[in-house]
Amino acid sequence: MTEAPLGRRLCELTRNVESGGYRIFSVLDADGPEPAPGQFCMLATERGWGGEDGRPYLARAFSVAGAEGQGGGVRLDFLVHGVGPGTDRLASLEQGERLWVTGPLGIGFSGPRELAPDAAGAILVGGGIGVAPLAIWRRALLAAGTPTRVLLGYRDRERSGGLDLFDCSEIRLASEDGHAGHRGYVTDLLAVLLEGDDASSAAVYACGPPAMLEAVRALCLEREVACELAMEAPMGCGFGACFGCAVPLAAGGYMRLCVEGPVVRADRVETALVAGSGH
Amino acid sequence: MGAPASLELCGLELSHPVINGSGTFDAIAARGVFGDALLSSFPFSAYVSKTITPEQRAGNPPPRLWETPSGLINSIGLPNRGLDGFLEGDLPKLAELPVPLIVSVMATSHGEFARLVEGVSPRAEVAALELNISCPNVESGLVVGESPEEAAALLGLLRPLTEKPLIVKLTPNAHPAPVALAVEAGGADAVSLINTLRSTAVAPGGAGPWLGGERGGLSGPAVRAVALSQVAEVADAVSIPVIGMGGIARGGHALDFIRAGATAVAVGTESFRDPGAGARVARELAAEVDAEGLESAAAARGTFGQRGPDRPENLSQNP
Ligand SMILES: Cc1cc2nc3c(=O)[nH]c(=O)nc-3n(C[C@H](O)[C@H](O)[C@H](O)COP(=O)(O)OP(=O)(O)OC[C@H]3O[C@@H](n4cnc5c(N)ncnc54)[C@H](O)[C@@H]3O)c2cc1C
Ligand SMILES: Cc1cc2nc3c(=O)[nH]c(=O)nc-3n(C[C@H](O)[C@H](O)[C@H](O)COP(=O)(O)O)c2cc1C
Ligand code: FES
Repeated sequence: MTEAPLGRRLCELTRNVESGGYRIFSVLDADGPEPAPGQFCMLATERGWGGEDGRPYLARAFSVAGAEGQGGGVRLDFLVHGVGPGTDRLASLEQGERLWVTGPLGIGFSGPRELAPDAAGAILVGGGIGVAPLAIWRRALLAAGTPTRVLLGYRDRERSGGLDLFDCSEIRLASEDGHAGHRGYVTDLLAVLLEGDDASSAAVYACGPPAMLEAVRALCLEREVACELAMEAPMGCGFGACFGCAVPLAAGGYMRLCVEGPVVRADRVETALVAGSGH
Repeated sequence: MGAPASLELCGLELSHPVINGSGTFDAIAARGVFGDALLSSFPFSAYVSKTITPEQRAGNPPPRLWETPSGLINSIGLPNRGLDGFLEGDLPKLAELPVPLIVSVMATSHGEFARLVEGVSPRAEVAALELNISCPNVESGLVVGESPEEAAALLGLLRPLTEKPLIVKLTPNAHPAPVALAVEAGGADAVSLINTLRSTAVAPGGAGPWLGGERGGLSGPAVRAVALSQVAEVADAVSIPVIGMGGIARGGHALDFIRAGATAVAVGTESFRDPGAGARVARELAAEVDAEGLESAAAARGTFGQRGPDRPENLSQNP
């Protein structure tokens, strides 16, 4: 994985655009390295971090959704959905404002053959805001010539952003309100795919709300399909310092998701339903 | 720049006055994340380990964190590998750090506390021990750090077991000055404070507690004013060095703690927001010292509270 520079650094916001109820924003990271797909950054705004209730105070974790080396550094793309004071503040950023960035952090995705020797292809399963890390992973898989299918699920039209980060034509969609694609859960689409030969020839990569991840985990464990989950837990620091991001392990005890994840093998964790994460 | 910021803290040579608060910076994990830069630009002038206990602990069930206005409640539950795991697994890695190592220990009985001190202190890699006494003594049911008698008894037991410096970490959940006096009399080489303030949070939309451990400890800027007052009180009372901490996020805060009587300061929660916070606070502190025309940070020590003979009787808690 890519090592992070020690300390946080100020980066300038270069864009912030609406995307299906979410926002995509980019920063120019002058000093940072290019993150590996699945890694995340801890973000805080330089000004106005700490609103009415004295929150946000800590930085917030965000998956890198895209990264590209360009003149003057690396452009980092993030996808944000306002669910509280920190995400609301980030969603409101204006061009030229600056952010504190720490990262890239954590362990990202493994290639399909690292997960299972016979896995020639990849199936990406995203839900809601969880499509973010799958966007950068898909680009890397395509560049490596790995056959990749993308299944994305959304709750409703208001929360259906991030498609712009993909090439829409190749995506199969599900929505709970039926506004796009299959009416129902994205895991319905996955179950159908896994009925066929795919079960033995593909690795599954999933990111989304805890309930969706748990459903994917159960499906893949039951069918013995190699699977990695990009999980969430409440993170205080992102680099192993606070022990706040505990996720229960199948073998007992806990791991720190920020340093042993956020991408973890589905069979390693006891559950994807981690108390305190998700909504 | 003025004089070098180096100092001596109960026999340890420190290159600047900023160390870390126990449990707020895992140097082993950080080495994995930041690579060798962690060693070449280590943020602190000494490294305090996370508190270790006699046996391995998994820690509390999640959620373990709750954010407050400018602060954080944690209910981590001291996950650690236990004494043997620490000595075999962690100590060799911590010995590679370029600064003196202080090992924080905690147990819930005299016998177990003695076992920790006897296990840790002979190791050459260990420069000093910090006794985390924010824990009950199961034999008496009292929290050691909340009772001068308990604290004195513990020091009476542990002091003869080691010649290495013993730093006692005081809790803010009881008046710390009497406990500080008791451990000073018992042979402690320094005291550090504050540990976190007992606190809790209600789950959004529910009646129950948010934290898996139900109660936690508050830290960060939200506690700074309380910490400053307790550091001043303790520094007034004892003549051993005081390590001040609680919400320090910038050099100016560090200087305030030194004015209140601290010899060194520790950065805790601010490291979560900025992994390089220790070094930044040290730099900012040096700049403040320069800007104020002081010889060194030490020249400011204890200047707070020297208002002259007609200092008013303090009735401020009875408005
Ligand atoms: C590895 C990782 C990657 C992530 N990637 C993304 C991403 O790409 N895009 C994105 O939008 N989000 C992402 N998230 C989630 C994002 O970090 C959180 O939504 C964000 O931290 C919420 O902050 P907030 O201030 O907006 O909301 P908060 O108010 O912090 O609320 C978020 C949730 O925390 C709980 N909560 C409420 N109040 C408190 C409190 N006082 N203290 C503690 N918890 C509280 C509740 O369960 C609430 O639903 C990621 C998280 C992780 C761990
Ligand atoms: C997540 C967390 C874990 C902590 N763990 C320990 C610990 O293991 N031992 C200890 O003595 N203090 C522990 N502390 C207390 C800190 O060392 C420090 O005393 C306190 O947080 C106040 O300083 P701060 O406001 O700068 O964080 C912990 C604090 C936090 C926030
Ligand atoms: S977020 Fe602090 S240890 Fe993982």
